[in-house]
Amino acid sequence: RGRLRVHLRATWLSGKTRPMEYRVAQLEALGRFLDEKKQDILEATASDMGKRRWGPEGLFELGLVMERENFLTSKFWPFLQVTQLDSAFIRKDPYGVVLIIAPWNYPIHLFLVPLIGAIAAGNCVIVKPSETSKNTERLVAEMLSCYLDNDCFAVVTAGVQETTRLLENKFDYIFFTGSASVGRIIMTAAAKHLTPVTLELGGKNPCYVSDTCDVQNVARRVAWGRFFNAGQTCIAPDYVLCSVEMQEKLMPALREAITEFFGSNPRESPDFGRIVGDKQFRRIRALLCSGRVAIGGQTDEKERYIAPTVLADVLPSDPAMQEEIFGPILPIVVVANMDEAIDFINARPRPLAIYAFSCDSKVRVLERTSSGGFCGNDTLMHVTLTSLPFGGIGNSGLGKYHGKFTFDTFTHHRGCLHRNMGLEALNALRYPPYSQQKLGLLTATFEIKRKGTCTLL
Amino acid sequence: MEKMQQVVGRARAAFNSGRCRSLEFRMQQLKALERMVQEKEEEILAAIKADLHKCGHNAYSHEILGVLGELALAMDKLPSWAAPQPVKKNLLTMRDEAYIRPEPLGVVLIIGAWNYPFVLVMQPLVGAIAAGNAVVVKPSEISENTARLVADLLPQYLDRELYPVVTGGVPETTALLTQRFDHILYTGNSTVGKIVMAAAAKHLTPVTLELGGKSPCYIDTDCDLAVACRRITWGKYMNCGQTCIAPDYILCDPSIQSKVVENIKETLQEFYGEDVKSSPDYERIINKHHFRRILGLLEGQKIAHGGESDEASCFIAPTILTDVSAESKVMEEEIFGPVLPIVTVKSVDEAIEFINCREKPLALYVFSNNKKLIKRVISETSSGGFTGNDVIMHFFLSTLPFGGVGNSGMGAYHGKHSFETFSHRRACLIKDLKMETTNKLRYPPGSQKKVDWAKFFLLKQFNKVRIGLIALGLLGIVAAVVIKVSCF
Repeated sequence: RGRLRVHLRATWLSGKTRPMEYRVAQLEALGRFLDEKKQDILEATASDMGKRRWGPEGLFELGLVMERENFLTSKFWPFLQVTQLDSAFIRKDPYGVVLIIAPWNYPIHLFLVPLIGAIAAGNCVIVKPSETSKNTERLVAEMLSCYLDNDCFAVVTAGVQETTRLLENKFDYIFFTGSASVGRIIMTAAAKHLTPVTLELGGKNPCYVSDTCDVQNVARRVAWGRFFNAGQTCIAPDYVLCSVEMQEKLMPALREAITEFFGSNPRESPDFGRIVGDKQFRRIRALLCSGRVAIGGQTDEKERYIAPTVLADVLPSDPAMQEEIFGPILPIVVVANMDEAIDFINARPRPLAIYAFSCDSKVRVLERTSSGGFCGNDTLMHVTLTSLPFGGIGNSGLGKYHGKFTFDTFTHHRGCLHRNMGLEALNALRYPPYSQQKLGLLTATFEIKRKGTCTLL
Repeated sequence: MEKMQQVVGRARAAFNSGRCRSLEFRMQQLKALERMVQEKEEEILAAIKADLHKCGHNAYSHEILGVLGELALAMDKLPSWAAPQPVKKNLLTMRDEAYIRPEPLGVVLIIGAWNYPFVLVMQPLVGAIAAGNAVVVKPSEISENTARLVADLLPQYLDRELYPVVTGGVPETTALLTQRFDHILYTGNSTVGKIVMAAAAKHLTPVTLELGGKSPCYIDTDCDLAVACRRITWGKYMNCGQTCIAPDYILCDPSIQSKVVENIKETLQEFYGEDVKSSPDYERIINKHHFRRILGLLEGQKIAHGGESDEASCFIAPTILTDVSAESKVMEEEIFGPVLPIVTVKSVDEAIEFINCREKPLALYVFSNNKKLIKRVISETSSGGFTGNDVIMHFFLSTLPFGGVGNSGMGAYHGKHSFETFSHRRACLIKDLKMETTNKLRYPPGSQKKVDWAKFFLLKQFNKVRIGLIALGLLGIVAAVVIKVSCF
């Protein structure tokens, strides 16, 4: 492992990843990986996540295609363009050898999107896929090396202990997607080497539903967001806040939406996934004793199946409200009004996303809360727009990516100034010995500078 | 510990009250800060003089001018910086509002350094206030006069709960770092930088670390040596070498080494006269500890010029060392003093290699008439910032982000970059509750057809001129119908 890093660092120092042509070639190779191995990818992710149809992974594949498009078309070049201001410019320098640690819930998407940005930015990359999504981990470890330059890009498979040892090495950037507790460990390890990090974490994403709403559309959008990937989505609406009247109206609407999506027996629907592992299954199952089960609630340990479930009248003290659910359970917590909902949200750690459904007042929720991102009248959709930055705040993360933001994440923005060797007389103002007159002139030129754009200083 | 909790707690409560959210409030505070700098100019200059023996001209141009500039810029640009920024949409979001909303982070901590004790707390403070945060300011205790002054002045001009000043040394800073902040901006050395980041990690607090290192200065044989040396002399010996972006050491061909020394000697004479000690424009080392540390670096070195010192006044003369070996002590740590080692290299390749096998510096300087050579050095090395044919100056352009990379730091500030450092850029998508038909594309049950349609909607970038609302609506309906039909 140490040798691998040393090897990559040597390649980095050789400058192999700097030329544009090289980076484009690698990105095109990644594209070929996606196209040629599509079936293998779908099968691997299906076995990991219990999906049996193209499902969410397919939708996210679109995200990958989008990201790649961004970088391979003319949109790429302006990113690298130095920002010219006279003879001053900002150079986008790669960091060096970067580490991407990916999670298990969208095992391809969540390493590939950062990888695309890291390659486009000119770095060497070590990817560590999640050991929990074993099939995808194996696929990535075996196949990626057939497409990408092994001198610059490597895949490392590692469990908790080996990852800890991996983190003792010095990287020039670490990109991590996962839980807040592991995020702290990563950042602490990074601190030892002064390595900058991006942490894409999680939290409980509140979903406020006001009384002025088209209930059926709300129910569909919330149900879609919640039960996508069997709830194992960092930006899934974690719980609903609404009035007791709205809870009453939502229930049949949610039931209808679930049936519309997954049929009368979701267990048989090829579009409804499974929980990734036994440990996670048991954890989520334990959350069912919160409030009362209004829809669903069935489980099957062998299949790691948990039915799309809605819990009514959940209390803030209930188990389902103590941790990020990350499963197909939607608790509804009753609040008196929007102000109470906002106070409820603000009393808790800042989430990765906040959702608000309303015909008129969703923007008030936006303005009085803080979160990574916000989507009004829908769930999840804000992350499909790559012109929007994706990232958390506080406990839900630091840094951001998607589209150009990924590229910027993996580059050091270096301020450069090119001065003329001539015009030395103008510099006289800054040299000692100093006099009152010099200071007066200096202040005067400063005034000129403020009004104009020349750098006389 | 309790005191820190109280101070930070009060700042947080004040932030939560929402009063620093409005632009008017922020402008008002920035204006008050500007008044403070203008009205108390004499006191500020006096404090800096007491700490660093810095003359009025230098103190004004290094510390006050920059702050005034930053304030003017922030007040001028705040409305545009703080405005929500609409973003490019795709077909699917065409009817929606999509924008990035800059929001304050919350309570931020600014830890200053002693070498430019006023500007290094004030400049970040301007950005943090402009971005709408509450700010805890912790000036360096080593520059004690300025620290005391900042602690006295800020409460007289700014909101006391939102912008408290905390004074003290290591124990107080350690206690402060156990509190939760929403961003920490630290200026100082790498060792403490690691401690700050580790403390921040416990709360997942983002950090901006403005650290240091040895900033190399390469002088090409093809350059106007007299001009180059004058500029280097200015940048090296200003503030008695105690500048994070001072050219730390020189790399040049052995054939020009003696000329370089001659030129610098001449310039020193020009700047400080025969007796440097009596020049009012030459500063002193901050304290005895650093005085002794810097003198220690001279051991065993060939002193081509200078070397005189006086412990009582912490005076060290501008010193030049020649034929310095890469392994010597003076080449191991950041000098942060008026000692300029010259290391000879036989080519620009050797210079690049020399720079690259060391930690990434905060600044890199190259003097040459050959533009291609300069371009080459920039592209084959990495550094926080860069100035060609001068030193220090990239610091003064507020459009350039100022920060380090690797051991020299992370994050950046100055001008708009300060505002962005202290803001959260929140992604916002506001949709309609209608247009449900297009949503059917994404709902289960799934199908390949749905994927293909979704691809179309997501990948086509929205161009207002190209497709009308009606056409889109029709498209959505057609898609929905096609899918419904194909599912039977």
